[in-house]
Amino acid sequence: MSVVEEVSVAAAQARMLEGVVVRFAGDSGDGMQLTGNNFTEATALYGNDLATFPDFPAEIRAPAGATFGVSAFQIYFGSDDVTTAGDAVDVLVAMNPAALITNLKDLVDGGLIVVDADAFTDKNMQRAGYKANPLEDGSLDAYRLLSIDISKRVLDTVKPFGLSHKFGLRCKNMWTLGLTMWLFDRSRDAAIAGLRKKFAKMPDIAEANVAAINAGHAFGETTELPAGIEIYKVPRAQVPPGLYRNITGSEALAYGLLAGGQLAELPIVFASYPITPASSLLHTLSGQKHFEVVTFQAEDEIAAVCAAIGASFAGSLGITSSSGPGISLKAEAISLACAVELPLVIVNTQRGGPSTGLPTKTEQSDLFQAIYGRHADTPLPVIATSTCSDCFDVAIEAVRLATKYRTPVIILSDGYLANASEPWQLPDFNDYEGFPVVHATEVEGFSPADRDPDTLARVWAKPGTPGLEHRIGGIERDAVTGDISYDAENHQKMTLMRQAKIDGIARDIPLQTVDQGNTTGKLAVVGWGSTYGVIHQAVKRARQLNMDVSHIHIRYMWPMPANLGELLKGFDEVLIPEMNTGQLIDILRAEYVIDAKGLSKVSGQPFKIREIEAAIKAQMESKS
Amino acid sequence: MNAPLTMKDYETDQEVRWCPGCGDYAILKTLHKFMPTLGLPRENSVFISGIGCSSRFPYYMNTYGFHTIHGRAPSLATGVKLANPELDVWVVTGDGDGLSIGGNHMLHVLRRNVDLQILLFNNEIYGLTKGQYSPTSKVGTRSPSTPDGSVDRPLDPCSFALGAGAQFVARSIDTEMKHLTEMLGRSHSHKGASFLEILQNCPVYNDGIFEQVKNKKTAADSRVVLQNGEPMLFGKELDKGIRLNTSLLQLEVVTLGEEGVTLADILVHDESNKVLAQMLAGMHGPDFPEPVGVIFCADVSGYIEDVYAQRIKVREARPPADMNALLRSGHTWQVE
Repeated sequence: MSVVEEVSVAAAQARMLEGVVVRFAGDSGDGMQLTGNNFTEATALYGNDLATFPDFPAEIRAPAGATFGVSAFQIYFGSDDVTTAGDAVDVLVAMNPAALITNLKDLVDGGLIVVDADAFTDKNMQRAGYKANPLEDGSLDAYRLLSIDISKRVLDTVKPFGLSHKFGLRCKNMWTLGLTMWLFDRSRDAAIAGLRKKFAKMPDIAEANVAAINAGHAFGETTELPAGIEIYKVPRAQVPPGLYRNITGSEALAYGLLAGGQLAELPIVFASYPITPASSLLHTLSGQKHFEVVTFQAEDEIAAVCAAIGASFAGSLGITSSSGPGISLKAEAISLACAVELPLVIVNTQRGGPSTGLPTKTEQSDLFQAIYGRHADTPLPVIATSTCSDCFDVAIEAVRLATKYRTPVIILSDGYLANASEPWQLPDFNDYEGFPVVHATEVEGFSPADRDPDTLARVWAKPGTPGLEHRIGGIERDAVTGDISYDAENHQKMTLMRQAKIDGIARDIPLQTVDQGNTTGKLAVVGWGSTYGVIHQAVKRARQLNMDVSHIHIRYMWPMPANLGELLKGFDEVLIPEMNTGQLIDILRAEYVIDAKGLSKVSGQPFKIREIEAAIKAQMESKS
Repeated sequence: MNAPLTMKDYETDQEVRWCPGCGDYAILKTLHKFMPTLGLPRENSVFISGIGCSSRFPYYMNTYGFHTIHGRAPSLATGVKLANPELDVWVVTGDGDGLSIGGNHMLHVLRRNVDLQILLFNNEIYGLTKGQYSPTSKVGTRSPSTPDGSVDRPLDPCSFALGAGAQFVARSIDTEMKHLTEMLGRSHSHKGASFLEILQNCPVYNDGIFEQVKNKKTAADSRVVLQNGEPMLFGKELDKGIRLNTSLLQLEVVTLGEEGVTLADILVHDESNKVLAQMLAGMHGPDFPEPVGVIFCADVSGYIEDVYAQRIKVREARPPADMNALLRSGHTWQVE
């Protein structure tokens, strides 16, 4: 039994909990994401450690009551080391039958269900697939049910503000938020202030929503609730002292790119084309015009990457961003950047594929694409983000490598990290070491093929510099003059040189460390990307059961850290959980000729802790 | 003060690799002569091309240059201008590069009005891949991929440019150095995207396709040289002209002195008239003379200047950029 489940069983009896998973679910137009974000903010301000997981459908406004239109927001908050949004749900807030039927399977036995009884109309139940009313037929007996006529109460509450029936009902989510705030003893202040700011120009709407929050809260305070439903206390987490904020992976990545530009002392041109789930990077950076960044929404993915390369040619740092299908379109241009050796940062926020696949769901199936997915011999560095706040440092590192080695660098993030959030202990930016870029200015002896003897980075001379006029292009370039060259030996030399430049980066990145456990032993669980949180918890639990398990999490996917092969060989067994059908495992086998077991999940949902825990146990038992 | 630049300063030491007799040589020579007349620092000029015969151009211009990938030169050039609006950026492309594989980028660079000079060498054929028909080839063009003649209708570059929202559209001819020089000057002085179609002969795969318009014997009757504010007259004796048939709402060729036609009947060219420009761009032989000159020119602000103007406005309204302040934006809390 997992810790989360233990907590949930305890929830039925005790008021003090170590951690709770709450999921808000409703129609995609019910405002569940807003509710979740408000609750998250209140929880962060309360002092719990937390992690969130928004899970929304691809349809913006699916037909009301449809199961495929259910939008959910999950938060796990607790008093100790929260690194995932939780496996199983303790409290499910379901705004309609569709939300109940699609989310019930994740609720623990004895878990609490809060429903809007008014939404359980014959039509809605039929649309969700219920033959009988689940609130009445005893099918929810394994759970604690709090069935409230929320719609009616909301309409009564907002009546004085003169809202139409339709707009009045839209306050349902805030009423529910108020009740949930009461349930977990959260402060409503930030949410109320936020509403007044958001609807500053529509004071009636603002005050109706505020009234709804307060009414939901008052309902909890004043109504005699069924036995076993009361205020729960989740003690404040013991986290390192410092200043914190809540951050999504997408925000942290955007800030990291800006920070990287500052550390490189280069202006940024960020060129992108809208695609789910990557667009929020473009949105965030477009609102930062006071920084040295120009954003460009191109006509397509190809134009976006090409504009970024053009910007790098002109002496800025070009950055482009997309998800898997868009990265495919950019592939030819990325190879051009490899050929002409200009810096370029490419962000891939991975999603379920192939093709349109599951655009709003998460996957890590573009690792092969990132490392191998171009024509010809075009190696380039690939680095992966593992947590929301890690996105900041990874973005800076990508900028450092791209500018130092004059190469495209791919950052692999994913839909989960982009949208999920976690508290972030804010770094002091002054502590970051700069890596200023120096463009060429020396005319004497200049050749566009000049390169740094240590890094093998090509000289970067930007247009506008007198005396350094030169041409670059996709036709193979002479190793000495940079002029076009079809010479056989020169092509061999240049291909090997480009390879050696990227290989050499392995000397400039940290050695692989072990996140938890010993540096040798029975089993290493090796992960990359957003599986960090779940692997961390699963290994922690296994180690609490005295299993000899270590967690190794790889950031540098290409080139890999110099000691990785030796490190892996120090373990009897290697287990590799991945949200794909086994890409890292192939790469590790090919690079280090090691045996490894894979654990694959491609459901569009992140791993659960218990799934990895079970695989660890199975692996240990098979060897004992 | 440095000596003024000359033609030699714009030539490179690279061996020019076009076929003998290619129209590209004439255009290159005209550019070599034209560039010094701008009086600009050489290091501020950038030539960007895609793929194709015309796209070899940057290798032969002693400025900054980037020979990129097929069809994407407008996007690369947009990135260059976004990064450094001070640069003088030229795009060299062809009918295949700019209107087939790169048609989307051409559309959007014109729509946005990015401050570039776009030179589209139109030879109505794919040269570098050995002679396949192109999107501007006339119906019936026999080529390796259309041995029985092409059946798809061609695209008209200047009509396309106008349709995309180009604010400067002009047309010239590879070997007409004087006219081409004048058009280069107009393109360069225009703010925003200037689209210059250059009719260019491919002596190997599509020889003589513009012979009627270029040949001294036939040229005068086969083309009309557009001049702003002047009547559209042509022919050896300048006795033919373009008239607007108002009942059919279309252009027609008339002869002065015949059927009572006088100079007053001849259309006067107005570069700022978009409806007229669209009619002229779609005017082709053999029944009509081919128009050369500035077809359309309007003065509106360009994308790059608008981007930077907006940025200045935003910056005036916000405190200076501060990374620590950005990280600490939104709700923060202190853990003791």
